[in-house]
Amino acid sequence: MATRSAARRLAPWAAYALLLALAPWVFPSPLALNMLSQIGIGIVACLSFNLLFGQGGMLSFGHAVYTGLGGYAAIHAMNAAAQGALPVPLVAVPLLGGLAGLGVAWLLGGLATRRAGTSFAMITLGLGELVVALTPLLPSVFGGEGGIAGNRVYGRPWFGLDFGAAIEVYGLIAVHAYACTAALYAFTRTPLGRLLNAVRDNDERVAFLGTDPRRVRHRAFAIAGFFAGVSGALAAILFEIVTPEVLGASRSGTVLLFTVLGGSAAFAGPVVGAVLMVLATVALSGLTPAWLLYVGLAFVGVVMVAPGGLVGMASACAGRLRRDGLRALAPLGLAGLAGAAMAFAGVAGMVEMAYHLRLDDARSAPPAVFGLALDTASAAAWAGAALLAGAGLALAAWAGGRLRGREGAA
Amino acid sequence: MDTIALTLLNGLSYGLLLFMLSSGLTLIFSMMGVLNFAHASFYMLGAYLGQALAARLGFGTALWLAPLAVGGLGAAFEHLCLRRVHRHGHVAELLVTFGAAYVIVEAVQLVWGRGPLEFHPPDWLAGPAFTRVRDAAGASWVAGAAEACAAAGTSCTPFPATRVFMMGVALAMLAALAALLALTRVGMVIRAALTHPRMVEALGHDLPKVYMGVFGAGAALAALAGVIGGSTFVTEPGMAAAVGSVVFVVVVVGGVGSLGGAFAASVLIGLLQTAAVGFDRPLFGGPSLAQLAPALPFALLVAVLAWRPAGLFAPRRG
Repeated sequence: MATRSAARRLAPWAAYALLLALAPWVFPSPLALNMLSQIGIGIVACLSFNLLFGQGGMLSFGHAVYTGLGGYAAIHAMNAAAQGALPVPLVAVPLLGGLAGLGVAWLLGGLATRRAGTSFAMITLGLGELVVALTPLLPSVFGGEGGIAGNRVYGRPWFGLDFGAAIEVYGLIAVHAYACTAALYAFTRTPLGRLLNAVRDNDERVAFLGTDPRRVRHRAFAIAGFFAGVSGALAAILFEIVTPEVLGASRSGTVLLFTVLGGSAAFAGPVVGAVLMVLATVALSGLTPAWLLYVGLAFVGVVMVAPGGLVGMASACAGRLRRDGLRALAPLGLAGLAGAAMAFAGVAGMVEMAYHLRLDDARSAPPAVFGLALDTASAAAWAGAALLAGAGLALAAWAGGRLRGREGAA
Repeated sequence: MDTIALTLLNGLSYGLLLFMLSSGLTLIFSMMGVLNFAHASFYMLGAYLGQALAARLGFGTALWLAPLAVGGLGAAFEHLCLRRVHRHGHVAELLVTFGAAYVIVEAVQLVWGRGPLEFHPPDWLAGPAFTRVRDAAGASWVAGAAEACAAAGTSCTPFPATRVFMMGVALAMLAALAALLALTRVGMVIRAALTHPRMVEALGHDLPKVYMGVFGAGAALAALAGVIGGSTFVTEPGMAAAVGSVVFVVVVVGGVGSLGGAFAASVLIGLLQTAAVGFDRPLFGGPSLAQLAPALPFALLVAVLAWRPAGLFAPRRG
């Protein structure tokens, strides 16, 4: 019995390691390898954000400050090491970035974590904007608008690896992503991790039980800063350049957006969110100029309909399937899925047609949604798309209502 | 002396624009507990809609029609989105407005394109309201544009009419808002709903409707600021981001829920930022004062949150 439960607990970790190891063999192209590396970086960033948000109830609008400063620490360390001023091998650079993130988060966190809730959100926003506004003042540290470039290949090879090839960098990032995921999961099982959950749920009660919730939040903030710094350093190693943009509010917002989209309540949610983040920012943005609109709409939809994110939704679906069986749920579930697909196709059709009208002279080919070319001049195409979107929304709402109604009755 | 007066006037007008934005935000925040991230997006939407309406129906019509339309949209957003996530708590509400900000900014670019828009003030607001003329004989204030400026040996500093208009509208709005809240029955219900929402509901008032009205009115005020700000400064996709975080600073520094605090903080930040640029000088051989200007509001925010977390002018609770 004990061995079975241990096997059940270890199975996801083995699968995760296998996924990370096999991914570059399944997608060996340079673009795919770059995306996989970015996914690894995103996993660490989103998980460290969710340590604050999901585990601690602290909604940070300035998380990019800690990833970005970790990145700057890494690029400066790499440049110093290349000149022989600092004896640091490349494999230790992420740790240095993490320590930089930890230090900055400890300093700023003392101020930010004095209050929870909306005040915390405001002060992280203010600190983030403050750091960004101060970057032009220190051009030797932040490199002005052009940022600071570096070179990850320096010194003697480490066990035969010089990290010049993309696959070697992916290996470095994957190992760090796996180790950080494991460490962050282990953190949720520590007394401090449990206390953090208690502080999230009811900090007054924690205070009455004799623990200062501010101290718990401050420590968690510093630990999240460490992992954010690691992710920033990995990004500096991958891109070999760090610009002030990496500290900005839009970076913080992207991590927030996709962590919530993946699901902040489940530990695996941010991992899924990071995969989505890279798919959206690299792949979707190449497909359509309206990608940010789709991401925003998906985000609003998830917050309204499924606050648990995609992982929360999936586990709820799995739970319903176990309880009611496939046969009872299939018709309504399929109707809901079909409705959602119809609504998406309709909205996407209208958005793509509108963008095409906007940029008419820039691109000559008519927009195509799911391979179907659309004539932006014909009223039928617009009416059809609107009708499809409306009908899809109605169908999805009806099926969702029926599914939820049955749950209420049960 | 001249530059000081004109710099102060510029700062005052910028501060009053900030107040037009923050008044709605602080009312919404104090009543519903929602930090509305989409507020600056309503400002942007107001500017774009105002530009489109002004081109067809004239600036005067755009000045009331665009806020009305955006106000309706804001009320609809409250009714359809915000209210539904209310049971999930304030963080979910905040996240919905955060997502809505993305959607609005992208949708505006979908309709109007990604470049800046030509949004000129109407003829009756073009040109300077008055000009400070300094010549050999001394300095004088001249209403409108001064002919003497063409002559050699005179220096002129004009003050644009749009800035005067901006100050006038903001002050009129402050007066109207204060009168509405203090003197009318609707204002009484709103004030009561701020402090005793359960009691207001028990007395038979439709609290959700009050929320919807306040949210819509806040969006409309932001849009009014957008029409004026868009025609005075520039109407472009980055305008929401440019002003958004500064408005949050105003609300927090002023003390959440305090209209007077929002007014004082707006003017303070407007003056501070404009003065830092206007009286530019290097500090201890390092960065200049103007370079520090963008950081000033946020430094103020951090200082206030560290020193007086409730804000400088927070109303007494209890």
